[in-house]
Amino acid sequence: MTDAVSFYIFAALVLGGAIATITRRSAVHSAISLIISLIGVAGLYLMQQAEFLFAVQIVLYVGGIMVLFLFVIMLVNLDQAAKERQFNRQWLAALVCVAVVGAEIAYFMRKGASAFQISGAAAPSTVPAEGNTERIATVLMSQYLLPFEITSVLLLVAIVGSVVMAKKRI
Amino acid sequence: MGPITTAHYLALSAALLLIGTIGVLTRRNIVIILMSIELILNAVNINLIAFSHYHQNVNGQIFAIFVITDAVAEAAVGLGILIALFRNKETVLADEVDLLKW
Repeated sequence: MTDAVSFYIFAALVLGGAIATITRRSAVHSAISLIISLIGVAGLYLMQQAEFLFAVQIVLYVGGIMVLFLFVIMLVNLDQAAKERQFNRQWLAALVCVAVVGAEIAYFMRKGASAFQISGAAAPSTVPAEGNTERIATVLMSQYLLPFEITSVLLLVAIVGSVVMAKKRI
Repeated sequence: MGPITTAHYLALSAALLLIGTIGVLTRRNIVIILMSIELILNAVNINLIAFSHYHQNVNGQIFAIFVITDAVAEAAVGLGILIALFRNKETVLADEVDLLKW
């Protein structure tokens, strides 16, 4: 019961924040709505015993990415853009495409529900002997060591790329 | 209210994905397009975590970490490109950047 209530609260936060993000005129309002949505997602992680990802979500998304967004919003002058049309001319075609994709997803979820029994109750929550962070660390450092190292190369590329992009003359 | 199942999480994730897609396809402001991409990546993460919990398997959470890393890299480079674009073209509206359009 508590589970259901908190799920619906977090789901309302996620979806409400998301809808506000894509409809607000002011980019700062959009960013604040996105923060609300991301905090809702973090709550959903916590409900599914992904405590490490909960912390990462708060620290990295809300603390890191959103501050980056707010910096850029202040750096770039958005007053002019806020006065103009907010949606482009193809919005009707876009909505039709999204509706088609949504119908597809709903159809396959309905079809797959019987095959994979995903509509049944979630697996019983047994508390493992070791903590969530410890389990993630063990798997990340053994089974996924090469992808982990490649990720650091990706981050290096991203650092160099963003520094080059932000240079005075490009 | 029945118990919360994996299907609930999948439905929520699908809804979030569709909202993010609408944002990417219809907004003109590039900052908000980048925010919508973050929404899409979060929908993917909800899905991964839901299945990770359902199977009691930690691999889904590892994948979610990689997705978050990708999102960070994408946001940093995307906002860098946005600043370079604003410096050169004085606009942040995606449909005003039509140099390659017929």
